[in-house]
Amino acid sequence: MTTYDIDSSNANAIEARDMSIYYGAFRAVNKVSLAIEKNKITAFIGPSGCGKSTVLRSFNRMNDLVPTARTEGEIVFRGKNLYAPDVDPVEVRRRIGMVFQKANPFPKSIYENIAYGPRINGWRGTKAEMDELVERSLRGAALWDDVKDKLQQSGLSLSGGQQQRLCIARALATQPEVILMDEPCSALDPISTLKIEELMFELRQRYTIIIVTHNMQQASRASDYTAFFLMNSERAGELVEYGTTEQIFHNPKDERTEQYISGRFG
Amino acid sequence: MSAESINPEERSVGVLPEGPAVKQNIARRQLIGQIWRGIFFFAIVFGLVALLTLILDVVNDSFGLIATQSEVDEQEITGGRELEDLSQAELVAILNENLSRRVLTRLNREQPLEERDAANLVEVIETEVLKTELVAVFPLWESLTQRAAIEERVTERFPRAELSWKAWVNWDFITTPMSSVAFNAGVRTAILGTLWVTMLTALIAIPVGIFAAIYLEEYADHRVWYNKIIQTNINNLAGVPSIIYGMLGLAIFVRVLEPFTSGAFFGVSSGGGATLNGRTILSAAFTMALLILPVIIITGQEAIRAVPNSLRQGSYGLGATKWQTVWNIVLPQAFPSILTGIILAVSRAVGETAPLILVGASTFIVTDPNGPFSKFTVLPIQIYTWTQQPEQEFKIIAAAAIVVLLIVMLFLNATAVLLRNYFRSKRVSV
Ligand SMILES: Nc1ncnc2c1ncn2[C@@H]1O[C@H](COP(=O)(O)OP(=O)(O)OP(=O)(O)O)[C@@H](O)[C@H]1O
Ligand SMILES: [Mg+2]
Repeated sequence: MTTYDIDSSNANAIEARDMSIYYGAFRAVNKVSLAIEKNKITAFIGPSGCGKSTVLRSFNRMNDLVPTARTEGEIVFRGKNLYAPDVDPVEVRRRIGMVFQKANPFPKSIYENIAYGPRINGWRGTKAEMDELVERSLRGAALWDDVKDKLQQSGLSLSGGQQQRLCIARALATQPEVILMDEPCSALDPISTLKIEELMFELRQRYTIIIVTHNMQQASRASDYTAFFLMNSERAGELVEYGTTEQIFHNPKDERTEQYISGRFG
Repeated sequence: MSAESINPEERSVGVLPEGPAVKQNIARRQLIGQIWRGIFFFAIVFGLVALLTLILDVVNDSFGLIATQSEVDEQEITGGRELEDLSQAELVAILNENLSRRVLTRLNREQPLEERDAANLVEVIETEVLKTELVAVFPLWESLTQRAAIEERVTERFPRAELSWKAWVNWDFITTPMSSVAFNAGVRTAILGTLWVTMLTALIAIPVGIFAAIYLEEYADHRVWYNKIIQTNINNLAGVPSIIYGMLGLAIFVRVLEPFTSGAFFGVSSGGGATLNGRTILSAAFTMALLILPVIIITGQEAIRAVPNSLRQGSYGLGATKWQTVWNIVLPQAFPSILTGIILAVSRAVGETAPLILVGASTFIVTDPNGPFSKFTVLPIQIYTWTQQPEQEFKIIAAAAIVVLLIVMLFLNATAVLLRNYFRSKRVSV
């Protein structure tokens, strides 16, 4: 397996090295190695069940929450293996935030949804500073104008797209370096989807974003790099091709990539 | 469109109704739905009727006409006037005239007659001078509908008797301790006992129950054999008859742990309501707590399990620890449902009799319980004791005590429901 190092002169935000992930005896992901570049958007594409979410979740150790899950290999972040025995997943998740497929705001007020992350991570400051942090996070997720008059209302009272942006704002509040997004737009209408894509471009200046998507158009227009996954003959997910989005979509090296993006299988 | 036209090679696999058969089919399905609806409605009606009958029955016994008869005629003593119209001085005069020196000395020792108010004096005259006695009681329904017949019967048998309305459930009944005379007996001791035992039971069972539920749902790995055993046992314990818990309580809390449950270990001495054996409120509360613990744990687990996993994931994804996630996200969300289980469980504890008989609730006690180490009685036991008495009046005050028990339960439940609604509204939802 080759490691797809896009451009070694640029610092990588996070890197998977020979990651294999098992659910019980079932190998869901087989020896995936890839380096994610800093301040870029990387899209994971591939047919359903090929392990995109599994790989994504291994970047912030969310797989640890599945009792049967087990990993081999390394995820290197800031020069350290996240799966080293002395690393606490709790710290990993503060640095590497996550946005889920289905928006899952807490049943608390909009304000509390944002304040929750900093508070549980030991944030200290005045009420005014928290107000500012909340505003900054909401602005960061392009939600401030929608909700500035109803911060005390339930997060669940927002529309689906607003809820998803609330979840993004919530992730921003803990000041992560990498944000993982698992099909964040799959339940949204085209307008909300565009808003989130625009937002991703904004966020790219300060964060590294990895997004799983089934929407080829979204991958092609909203990402800098694209990784294509596919199941091998034992139904284990493998990384088939990884490169700039431009190259993957216009000049794929692998035949299977070409077939997939042109909609001929998967 | 038939199946063939979609794919001619495909073998026919049964038929869906077409044409008029569609209407028939739908009509039949709707009818079945209607029938079930009727059955569900009947279930509700059945429940309501049963409940209403119960309430009417106890209310019927707790209010109604009574016939009282005095040994001495009121008019004779007062000179034709009503007792209630007399002044305080006149009442004192009547007492001094009609009572023996010995009785007067006793009354004056309790409280000098001159210092008593008119109402109290009237009462004293009624019991000491007129010697008013209860001769007949009538239930509410009869009192309302057959007043004339009752009057006739009473004048026939007790010519000097007076008919009057009596609410057996009244403030005196609630605030008077037990007595061996039904007319004077009250449920004060039993209410206090019930409140003490219930509060202590809740204090023990609620935290332990919730914590155990959290452990089993959030921490325990259900694939490990000992966790499986724990879970199975808790489920089975919920079905164990309460009398068994009574025997357990007797063996452990009353006998083995007597130094602790009697309070001797904590330097509690006899006197007041204290006993020096293990038959105390504390033993009762521990027994009851054990009894309701499985129910609280199981309903608590259900409530915790009902919290969507996506919320936990969201919390973990922000860098929360397990404890933070449970405390800040899972518990607030599950709490209203946990409370529902607690309400049901504690209500059960309020009404339980059998285990407390074994643990040693007193059947006759007049001193108020004043702490966990007091001997005690509770309302259900009081009711049970009274229904076992041969005199009819005891059966009536048993009914009155049932009304009180229902009111106490209603009060406890209402508090808990209000609390639950408060938590529900705090848990901002869609
Ligand atoms: N919690 C789990 N327990 C057991 N197997 C799992 C679990 N989660 C995922 N899998 C299996 O791992 C494989 C990869 O799943 P994954 O969710 O990563 O796929 P995916 O590429 O994200 O698919 P989709 O595009 O449909 O979301 C699948 O075969 C799936 O059945
Ligand atoms: Mg997925």
